[in-house]
Amino acid sequence: MSTKNNSREKGELVLRMRGLRMEGQADGEWHEIVKGIDLDLHRGEVVGLIGESGAGKSTIGLASMGFARPGCKITAGSIEFDGTDLMQQSEDYKRNLRGGRISYVAQSAAASFNPAHKLIDQFGEAAVQHGVLTKSEADRDAKDLYRRLELPNPDTIGYRYPHQVSGGQLQRAMVAMAMACKPDLIIFDEPTTALDVTTQIEVLAAVKDIVTTFNTAAIYITHDLAVVAQVADKIMVLRHGNMIELGETRSMIAKPKEDYTRELLAVRTYKKEEFAEANDDVPILKVSNITASYGKGVNVLDNVSMEIHRGHTVAVVGESGSGKSTLARVITGLLPPSQGSIEFEGEILPPALKSRNKDQLRRLQMIYQMPDTALNPRQRVRDVIGRPLSFYLGMQGQEKENRIRELLTLIELDPDHFIDRFPGELSGGQKQRICIARALAAEPELIICDEVTSALDQLVAEEILKLLQRLQNELHVSYMFITHDIATVKAISDEMVVMLQGEIVEQGEKDVVLTPPQHEYTELLLSSVPEMDPDWLDDLLAKRAAGEVVSTIASKPNA
Amino acid sequence: MNAILTMIAQRLALGLLTLFVVSLIIFFSVSLMPGDYAEAILGQAALPDTVKAFREQLGLDQPAYVRYFQWLGGVLTGDLGTSFSSERAVTELIGARFGNTMFLAAYAAVIAMPLALVLGVLAALYRNSFYDRTVNVVTLTTISSPEFFLAYVLIMFLSVGLWNGSEMIMGGLFPPIANVSNDVGFWERVYRTTLPAITMTLVIVAHMMRMTRASVIDLLASPYIEMANLKGLSKSRIVFKHALPNALAPIINVIAVNMAYLIVGVVLIEVVFVYPGLGGLLVDSVSKRDMPVVQGSCLVFAAVYIMLNLTADVLSIVSNPRLLHPR
Repeated sequence: MSTKNNSREKGELVLRMRGLRMEGQADGEWHEIVKGIDLDLHRGEVVGLIGESGAGKSTIGLASMGFARPGCKITAGSIEFDGTDLMQQSEDYKRNLRGGRISYVAQSAAASFNPAHKLIDQFGEAAVQHGVLTKSEADRDAKDLYRRLELPNPDTIGYRYPHQVSGGQLQRAMVAMAMACKPDLIIFDEPTTALDVTTQIEVLAAVKDIVTTFNTAAIYITHDLAVVAQVADKIMVLRHGNMIELGETRSMIAKPKEDYTRELLAVRTYKKEEFAEANDDVPILKVSNITASYGKGVNVLDNVSMEIHRGHTVAVVGESGSGKSTLARVITGLLPPSQGSIEFEGEILPPALKSRNKDQLRRLQMIYQMPDTALNPRQRVRDVIGRPLSFYLGMQGQEKENRIRELLTLIELDPDHFIDRFPGELSGGQKQRICIARALAAEPELIICDEVTSALDQLVAEEILKLLQRLQNELHVSYMFITHDIATVKAISDEMVVMLQGEIVEQGEKDVVLTPPQHEYTELLLSSVPEMDPDWLDDLLAKRAAGEVVSTIASKPNA
Repeated sequence: MNAILTMIAQRLALGLLTLFVVSLIIFFSVSLMPGDYAEAILGQAALPDTVKAFREQLGLDQPAYVRYFQWLGGVLTGDLGTSFSSERAVTELIGARFGNTMFLAAYAAVIAMPLALVLGVLAALYRNSFYDRTVNVVTLTTISSPEFFLAYVLIMFLSVGLWNGSEMIMGGLFPPIANVSNDVGFWERVYRTTLPAITMTLVIVAHMMRMTRASVIDLLASPYIEMANLKGLSKSRIVFKHALPNALAPIINVIAVNMAYLIVGVVLIEVVFVYPGLGGLLVDSVSKRDMPVVQGSCLVFAAVYIMLNLTADVLSIVSNPRLLHPR
């Protein structure tokens, strides 16, 4: 490894940021988005930046490279890297540091790798361009790092294109790429947010390994305290561009000083109060032996059966590709199954959407993951909610207007304020509330919630979960809750269904499924959810290495 | 790779089918044209019997579908029939003209394509700058002007010259008439066709340049370009190595459409420069009701159009690594 790094003592100051202020442009006006941040970072030290969207985490992370995204600018303060203030340096000087002595790991490796080039060429590109390594040296280092990060076939995987490897592998390949020049500082910008929990572990382990081995300083940006607790030495809590609290990881988690930090810590504690009684009449939804595929390919769903009772919430969990969303598409009729049947209150539903009547459509509604794209940006709230009222229930005029206002009150938005707004004038949480109101307008008996909280900040997500629960208590509507987030499952569900590669591996009452003994996949899934304990990752990895807990699942041969 | 070969074979088959449908449309729409060759040649004073005899001689007395199949049979064996007016083989007439058309189109493409790409990439890099606005205004002006007008302006400045009251200034750089024949050498041919080539460039460059600009701007906002920036790569490397390869698909399609225009849409330019291209031949033949030549030219145009679009489809698929290197 490079002698440059080893000759440097641990504890030497790498980054010193003072009074950093930045502005961002929105609607043609400049607003301050970072309001005077101080940050010191020493060699071998990892600082976690944490906060909700809009807190300025990524902006600050990029600023430490002397970089501002288009539409952002640094207005004041100093950013000293290795004793030199980047603010006083030329663009060429900063360009030379980037990718060489400071590197960046982006949130979505799938989007941040160039689809047109092989992984190994992208690995070595910065090093070769900066004159640090020759191409053959870079290729050799790449293979070493791929091996170190436990990528499969480390000698050949680099010759693949980004779309030819899985998401978790790609994210590890990006961590490897960031190490190509053995930098002094790495910015990790939400490197695990887009990954499944089981994959997140691999990447977290890789990050931790790299940072300790090479004694690199790092900034780790995330909105998830439990994740940052595993890798960071100290944590900075940010909100609206201000620093709320800075402290050692352990002491902050044990004794947060500020209310906001306490709120962030508390978000995973919400739990549904009472368990709804299973009544013995016909289930609202009964799915029997469903098998489905896209085109003539492999079956995406294989012999899936489940039931949902009135007033109950059934959580469907599993990793991406497990068939959760496909099951929702089958139930809604978007994808007619090749085998099996769907009964709604004892009555067989036609498999295809087109052959269902208006009443069958009305009783089954959906809420989507991305409220941004689920709402027509050219329709006012009034039209969004009014449409199902006139379409399903034939409401018009004053009656419809009154009902829209009633629904807005129900989802805790002031009708006078919101009824004439466009989706662009709403926050993410408010948009999701409008989507909920739209679903409720049809007076459905079952609502399918497809990852409805995963695009939202944690505090906002929690409010949405509470709202959904309140609505269920009042209206006795049933939910099918598709999610990959175990915390959400624990919070809201009565029963749960665990899916793996198109099959149900385990289902039943939540408490039963969550208590051992379990199917080994359920165990893997549950054990992979980060806990608010700084030692959790190390303990888990040690246990997995010793074979005390499940560490992998044999996959289906045809998957 | 096999998937791509299969795809090319499918597209080729589809292209042939299209060409067959086009041949039907050409033949029967040509039959719908008012008047026929016999009447056009013999004039209004001709006796009905004379006209009838003449039509029999040309085979025009047979029903349309019979004539269609005769024609189609000929096409399949490479025989496009005989011109009514010159009594020469249509393939021979079209052949010489087609070569000229392709030469001029290729010449214009060689100027226009790199020019549009470079202008477009620069406009994307320095968007909303003075340069960007200037390029946009100039190219939009040239695309909005009638092509014959552009041609005459070029002739005035580069060929004839301007009268400043006492003498002619400018001009004399290129000949105003692009008369080429078989005995003209390659460079002389290039020299003589420069003005029409520039005119055509002015007409097509705006479209290609704006598409390049839009695609590159779109790509410059993508996360992997930000990543390239954060790797400290130089601007030219980011554009040529990271942005352009991914911007090719839409650009290729626009280029194909414009290439097709260069071949099939330049009748006016040929007329202005008295250039013996295929467009001019088509116009002449229509006015003379010389059906075999009209049909033959239309079929060649259609085939060129289909081939260009096919090439564009294949190239844009080949430029997509997801399709070129499947999982």
